[in-house]
Amino acid sequence: MVSAQIVAKRETCIGAGQCVFADPDAFDQDDNGLVVVLQADPASPDALARAKEAVNVCPSRSITLLA
Amino acid sequence: MTVNAIQTRRVDPYSPPTEHLELQSDEPVAFLDWRDGRKAWAITKHADVRTMLSDVRFSSDRSNPDHPAHGGYVPGAHKGAIIAIDPPEHSAIRSRVMNEFTVKKISLMRPRIEEIVSEALDAMLDGKSEAELVEELSLPVPAMAIAELLGVPYEDHDFFQHNTSLFSDAHIDPKQRGEAIAKLRDYISELVDARVNERGNDIISRQLDAGADAEEAVGLGFLLLIAGHETTANMITLSIMTLLDKPDLLQQLREDPSLIPGAVEELLRYFTIAEVGGLRLATTDLEIGGKQIHAGDAVFGLANTANRDPEVFPDPHTIDFKRGARNHMAFGFGPHQCLGQNLARLELVVVLEQVIQRIPTLRLLDPLSAIAFKEWGPNYGINELRVAW
Repeated sequence: MVSAQIVAKRETCIGAGQCVFADPDAFDQDDNGLVVVLQADPASPDALARAKEAVNVCPSRSITLLA
Repeated sequence: MTVNAIQTRRVDPYSPPTEHLELQSDEPVAFLDWRDGRKAWAITKHADVRTMLSDVRFSSDRSNPDHPAHGGYVPGAHKGAIIAIDPPEHSAIRSRVMNEFTVKKISLMRPRIEEIVSEALDAMLDGKSEAELVEELSLPVPAMAIAELLGVPYEDHDFFQHNTSLFSDAHIDPKQRGEAIAKLRDYISELVDARVNERGNDIISRQLDAGADAEEAVGLGFLLLIAGHETTANMITLSIMTLLDKPDLLQQLREDPSLIPGAVEELLRYFTIAEVGGLRLATTDLEIGGKQIHAGDAVFGLANTANRDPEVFPDPHTIDFKRGARNHMAFGFGPHQCLGQNLARLELVVVLEQVIQRIPTLRLLDPLSAIAFKEWGPNYGINELRVAW
């Protein structure tokens, strides 16, 4: 059982879209380019790994993963 | 130790300057003689460069006379030039334009980018058996992609492409380059004036709709042109050189074209053509990598070295298309990370797809030792690459 929560800070997002590449199931961008979380709780170890990658590549450090 | 980050030679075209790699292992945060009699902090480890680039206490405001880039060549140095300003002004302008570069929007450009690459290759291959790749492929592709974005009318394409290639031409005299830049600036200014009166389906029109004034739109248009043209061209040329020089890598992509996006990412990491990943001015005392940095100190991150950091990229000097590492800083990091990165990726992917598919016999005409590399920055690349097929 994976228990983690993806939290994205839209106020610091710069719309680079790196999260969408890392994890297109969990992240999208709205019409303004800002991050949208589609799936906040990674349901598998793979999904958790992708979420961690999204946290890692976000240039504005706007994504966190709460354990 | 005297290191001028901009003027340090690469002894091997595939390797960052030795001095930079030595800094990373010997003194990852080093206060060096830099230039103009000033000293600056060189930051070379991946983690430290990331920290520095994402901390807004390091200022990008180039209008500040103390900023290390002040007085240097600042392309498009006015209102829309988001590389040269800090939040909140930076955030306000970037947030208005970033919807143009979302992953989804850029992916919608794929058919048009495919056409652009296809047309450039048609012209290059037409009745010939050899070509100079930079002039015939590397420079025209990004020029046309930016023309598309800006809504340059078709009848102006030749003018646009000619002058953009002139400003990137290493052999041209500075006066001619200045003239080409002035012509393009005037051109973009006229384009903006035309859009003020009548909107089109292009980034300038949408910026005006979103509240940009004409001056900002010109600044942004020119910045897109400068930031997206020669940089992408350098990566196209270096990527093709690498594939032709290392046939086993080319073979991997031939056998499995689905590796191309990963190959593009790895080549971006490997070459990191914007070697100096951000000049900043410390606005307060702070510590980085165990060193005390003081308000007013100049700081630069060596992204090329950071992207060869063995702590982050195992066996960093090997090109591995299956590495799957996207946390490189070829596009910088932090709030100023390259706005056009997804477009650049798309152009590189499409170029490699088509070159591999259409020109199976492509080969280099000269040994690497005879190739003229851009040694003196700001971006690493190749001036000319003669190829045959």
